[in-house]
This record gives sequence, structure tokens and C-alpha cells, in this order.
Amino acid sequence: MPAVQTAQYDEMFGPDGEVRAAYAGYDAWYRGQDQGWLRKQAAEAEGFFRRTGITFNVYGDDAGEERLIPFDMVPRIITAAEWRRLSRGIEQRVRALNAFLHDVYHRQEIVRAGKLPERLLRENAAYLPVMAGFVPPGGVYTHIVGIDLVRTGPDDFMVLEDNARTPSGVSYMLENRETMMAMFPELFTQVRVRPVSDYPRRLARSLAACTPPAAQFSAGERPTVAVLTPGVYNSAYFEHAFLADQMGAELVEGSDLRVVGGRIAMRTTRGWQPIDVLYRRVDDEYLDPLTFNPDSALGVPGIMDVYRAGGITIANAPGTGIADDKAIYSFMPEIVEFYTGEKPLLQNVPTWRCSEPESLQYVLDNLAELVVKEVHGSGGYGMLIGPTSSRKEIAAFAAKLRARPDNYIAQPTLSLSTCPIFTKAGLAPRHVDLRPFVLVSPNGVDITPGGLTRVALKKGSLVVNSSQGGGTKDSWVLED
Amino acid sequence: MLGRSANGIFWMFRYLERAENTARLLDAGFRMALTRGDSASAEEWRSVLVTMGLEQAYAARRSDFTGPQVCNFILRDKDNPGSVLAMIEGARTNARMVRTAITREVWEATNESWMTLRDMLARPARETNLGEVLGTIRRQATYVRGAMDGTMLRNDIFNFARIGTFLERADNTARILDVKYHVLLPSVAWVGSSLDHVQWETVLRSVAGDRAYRWLNAGGMDARGIAAFLILDGRFPRSLAFCYEKLRSNLASLARAYGEETHAHELLRNAGARLHQTTIEQIVESGLHEFIVDFIACNIDVANAIAQDYRFTD
Repeated sequence: MPAVQTAQYDEMFGPDGEVRAAYAGYDAWYRGQDQGWLRKQAAEAEGFFRRTGITFNVYGDDAGEERLIPFDMVPRIITAAEWRRLSRGIEQRVRALNAFLHDVYHRQEIVRAGKLPERLLRENAAYLPVMAGFVPPGGVYTHIVGIDLVRTGPDDFMVLEDNARTPSGVSYMLENRETMMAMFPELFTQVRVRPVSDYPRRLARSLAACTPPAAQFSAGERPTVAVLTPGVYNSAYFEHAFLADQMGAELVEGSDLRVVGGRIAMRTTRGWQPIDVLYRRVDDEYLDPLTFNPDSALGVPGIMDVYRAGGITIANAPGTGIADDKAIYSFMPEIVEFYTGEKPLLQNVPTWRCSEPESLQYVLDNLAELVVKEVHGSGGYGMLIGPTSSRKEIAAFAAKLRARPDNYIAQPTLSLSTCPIFTKAGLAPRHVDLRPFVLVSPNGVDITPGGLTRVALKKGSLVVNSSQGGGTKDSWVLED
Repeated sequence: MLGRSANGIFWMFRYLERAENTARLLDAGFRMALTRGDSASAEEWRSVLVTMGLEQAYAARRSDFTGPQVCNFILRDKDNPGSVLAMIEGARTNARMVRTAITREVWEATNESWMTLRDMLARPARETNLGEVLGTIRRQATYVRGAMDGTMLRNDIFNFARIGTFLERADNTARILDVKYHVLLPSVAWVGSSLDHVQWETVLRSVAGDRAYRWLNAGGMDARGIAAFLILDGRFPRSLAFCYEKLRSNLASLARAYGEETHAHELLRNAGARLHQTTIEQIVESGLHEFIVDFIACNIDVANAIAQDYRFTD
């Protein structure tokens, strides 16, 4: 497999320091600003986030129970042409993911065709037998998807990860834009940026298009949508509340819900009221103590029976985790081609499956150059970044890898593109990725122009996860 | 709306109201301490603790009733789950829980209040800045109430917030009366010594009623008049009659919106009628203390009935 090591690509500046076309308007504005004033604005942004309570709870850190994700005020800018190309690739991929999910829970044609080892489904905790033979309302499995993209060159966008379970971060996409518009209103009169603010409306519409068979409406009635949160101490609670608020939906916890007359109902001040669509931000295993983890207090006993009987829509459908599993990820090129009949428009990052002896040997021999991830991990935990690890750390990781090779995949250390951040000394390049948010309904695939740009604030660092000290940026898609 | 949200907003506003009333109570105690000798002020601080139901908790830790000790215990002591800081935190936690039921303005006002007071109460209050601390608590509560008034839809959510506010306020005024009833009894206070005047003034101050009372009575003051003012005067926003009229109208809105009355409506109607039909002479005759004790018990019954009728918990 080829090593993907190219010269670093910067989003704003070309190799000779010239400003790229995407940043022409921003650069003109930036050069006209007083540096002292910009520093003051940067400091005030933090106060704004604190006051509005846009905080993030970090697990295992008592003192920092509510932390801010640092916000950088230099936007990440994408041209209209780049976005058109990306959108086509994203739509193709998301359609393939949904077709794949339908297939693995029905005839498993992809396994029969010899394109995917059956063991990857059978031995996978993310594969839920309870979903076999069942078609979710509207035929939609992943109502909300986040596709993590990285860039390594002018035309080289790659998918680093698919998030098909409960992708988070969309509230930051929205609040980052609000913050930028509050801080620099005149900037938005000089550069035409496509708006993102109607995402909650699009989400509500998309969810409402997937009502379950049991839901019945009189004329003029709207389906009842609720957001299920694990509660106020969850790391993404702010986002759950934010989305419910913006959609005009109820924000419910498991303790508010029970099965009443074959429906899932919430305890209101006037009695039990049925819910039609549940946008759940609770993981599969906690969703129903009768079907999954019996100790879960976050879910609703019996919800899976109601779901299978057509009493409620659950978004995303249980069992979608099988599509964003990192072991499955390495098969995405085959998956896209199998279901769409087209070559993938967006490339995968080359991936070694450590479950295969030849690959394992290669990975063990080249640990110092590779990134190794847990198949089921997320949030940047439990991974090895070879080039920045000590010999001792690498040796320790090699032992873990030998003990459970099928728990890991490896990828080359990508030279992620950089984008300038604002520092006391002016602009300085830092590595970024991009997570656009995609909505799926029977009416089609809807991609909000923009997304969440995560940025590694430490110089040279490649880890952009907010749980590991990463920050975020406003992400602009320019008008044509 | 969710029963849990009704519970959350109800308690959010109870906590805010209690924090504000506590600040007034401390303010009155502080003023008393400035104008009287040590023994009178120690007695006053003790009665502040009794009013708040914190006397035992305090006595378990200290034996002297001096201003700074009592104030800091009530304002910020970590071992005191009923501290003002804990109330503000409770209000903010509930606001966060019901974030989708309140406007952005109400949330931000609550969150900012919490940040301001948390920072302010990070260090012990001293006599030199106590006035400022207490003033900030009052101002922040006013700020949240103002955001509420100016931005919230007048629906069931608003009703539950107001019900929390006025149940708490009625309870707080009644508790002040319960501790201070003896200074308002004619047999003791008839003489109208200067000490009585100070005591009466303290009672009025602790419910922000000194100015209104003086204005209504052309500067004159008497025990029975003060008791009547705090219990029966429907124009004064911290009187029992005023609070119960507000409870009545908010519960009536709920009944209109939901199309039915509940047990709480019946309890409140009876309690309101008792307040409406009685005079201060009758109250004093049959026992001011007994009246207040009955009122507090009734107030608790109403709160419990509301929690049950509107499914606050499972």
C-alpha cells in the first residue's frame, strides 16, 4: 500500500505564501483589522460561550466538569466548486451506507457476493440481531450522519471516519457561525457565505418525514418529535437541549417515558402523550434494558418491541453502528461500488486490517510511522500515533496489538491540511478536519453547506478531538 | 409539557425566590446589628437562622452568633446544603434541565447570575462588602425575573414558574412572621418602646415592606397594623394575600388551558377564602402563632397537591 506522505497543504496560503482564491475576501478584511482589537475579540469570544452555556463535559475530570471547546476565529473556507464535488461524494457514500444497512439486516447479498467476510458481521457487537428482517419507518436507517473528511492536497479529500450512530457537534457548527456573525458582522457583508442556520428546521422536517405506521394525524397536526438525552451530566447535553429547543421538540429522559397502549409515551403535566419520532442521543446498548444492557437506566423498557411493531420511529435506527465500525470502514470502497454501481467519489484512507496476518506483520514492522486505532473506539481514545510516540509507548502498544490483532486497524500518518489559527503572534498553521452533517429522509439526502471544522490547537499535533484538547472553527462554504 | 420540566421550572423559581428573600433577611439582620448592641444583634442573627430552619445545622458547628459567621454560613458554607450559593446552583441546574422550556434570555440571565455569584461568594463576605454581596443577589434575581417577564410565552410553563415563585414567597413571609410573631403581639408591644420600633422595622425590612408601610401609614407604626399589612394587604407583593391571589390566577390559567381543575385548586380555594374572610382582629384573637403555623402547613399541602396533580415525578 502506498504511503500517503505529501507536502503539507494549507487551506489559506499556497506554497509560496500567496493567498488562495477561497481566502481572498477574508484576507482583504483581515489585513484591514487592528491586531489589538482582534486579540480583544478573541478573549471576548470565550465569555460569550460561557454565558450562553455552550459547554462540554469531559469524562474523568471532576474539576473541569463543564469545559469550553476552544473556538478559533479564523474560518475554514471552502469554495463553491469544492463543495459541489464534496457533496456529490458525500451523498453517494450516505446512500451506500443506508443500502448496506438494509442489506446486512436482510439478505446479506454483499456477503453472498464475497465482497465482505461474514465474520465481520457475526462477531461484531454493533450488529444487532434484533434488527434482522425489520425495515425502519420510511426505510431510513441513518437519519443523521456525520462524515469526517481530511484533506491532504488541493484535490485530495479523504473520508477518515463515518459517523452513522449519533454524530455530535452540529450545535457547534451553528453556534460558531452565530458567534462569528456577532463578532464580525461587517465581514459577512464583504464575503458571501452560505447560511447554516436552517439546519434545525431541516432536521425537524427530515425526522417528521419518517413517522411510524401507528402514528395517526388529523388535518393540521404535526408528528410529535422528542429528543432522548442521557441527562444533564452527559458530555453532549448542551447539544441535546439546543437541538430540542431549536426544533420545538421535547427533551426527554428515559425516566419520562414508558410503553402505553403499544406506543412510547412521555409523562406530561396532562398525562401520557405518545411520541411519533424519537431522536435518541443514547447509545444502542442503553436503549432498552429488556433487549440490551439490563442495567441501563437511560433507556425505555420495551421500546424495541414497540419499534418493531411500528409504534415509534427511532433515529438513528438501532444497529446502524455496524456501518461506521472501523473494521467495516476498510471495506467502504467495495461497499460503495457494490450498492451504487459507481466508483467511490471520495477516497478512503488506506487501511491495514490487523486481523489479517500479512497486514499485522506490516503494521508491527512499521508502528513508528503508522496511526493505530481500536476498531470500536472513538473520541481519540486508545489510539497510537507512531511518529509522536516514544519507543516505550510503541513497545507497549505492540504487545496489545499482538494480544488482540482483530481489535485494531492501522493507517498511514496523514499529512492533514492546515488552516491558520489566530494567536497572540498572528496567524499560525494548525491541522484541521471537517465534519459535514447529512440528513436522510424518504425525500432524499440533504447536506448542510458547511460543517464542523475541528482543529488541533497544539503546534504539530494531529489529534483534533475536543476530548483531547482540540478546538473548533466556523466552516464556510462560499456562495457561487 | 413534561411533568419533569414542570417540576424543574417550579424548583428553579422557588430557589431563586428563596435566595432573594434570604438576602433581604440578612440585610435586615445586618442593619439591626449596626444599630443595636451585641446581645440584641446576636439574638437577631439567631432568629435569622431559625427563620431559615438552619439553627441546628449552625449550632452543630459554632456557638457564637456573630454577623460575619452567620452570614457566611448562610451565604456560602459548603456544609450548608441550604446556602444561598447552593440555591443559586440549584436554580441553575434546574434551568439547565429545563433549557428547552425557557427562552435564551432567561437561561443566560440565570447562567450569568450563577457565574457572578459563584465568583463573588468564592471568598468569605466581610462587613465592608456584605451590603454589596446582598445587593448583587437581589439584583440578579430581579434580572432573571425581568427576563422571564419580558420574553416568556404566557402558557403552562410560565404558570408553573409563577406558582413556584409565589408558593416560596408566601412560605418565606410566613416563616418570618412565625419567628417574629411575638414582637407583633399587642400585649407585648403595646407600649411602643424604641426597641419595638427597631424590631418592627426589621420585620418590615426583611420583606422589603418598610417603605410601603410608612407611606400607607404616614410614618406611623403599630404591631397590629404591620401584621395586617403582611398577612392581608393584597396590594403588597410579599403579603400572604397577594401571593395567594397570584397562585389562584396561575392555577386558574392552568385549569383553563387543560380543561379541568384538580385537587390543588380546591385546597387553594379554601385557603384563599380563609385569608379573604378573616380580619386581623380575628387572627389575633384566635392566636397569631396558630394562624401562621396552620398557614405554613396548608402551603405545603398545596405544593404537594400541585406536584401530584401535574405529575412532577413518576
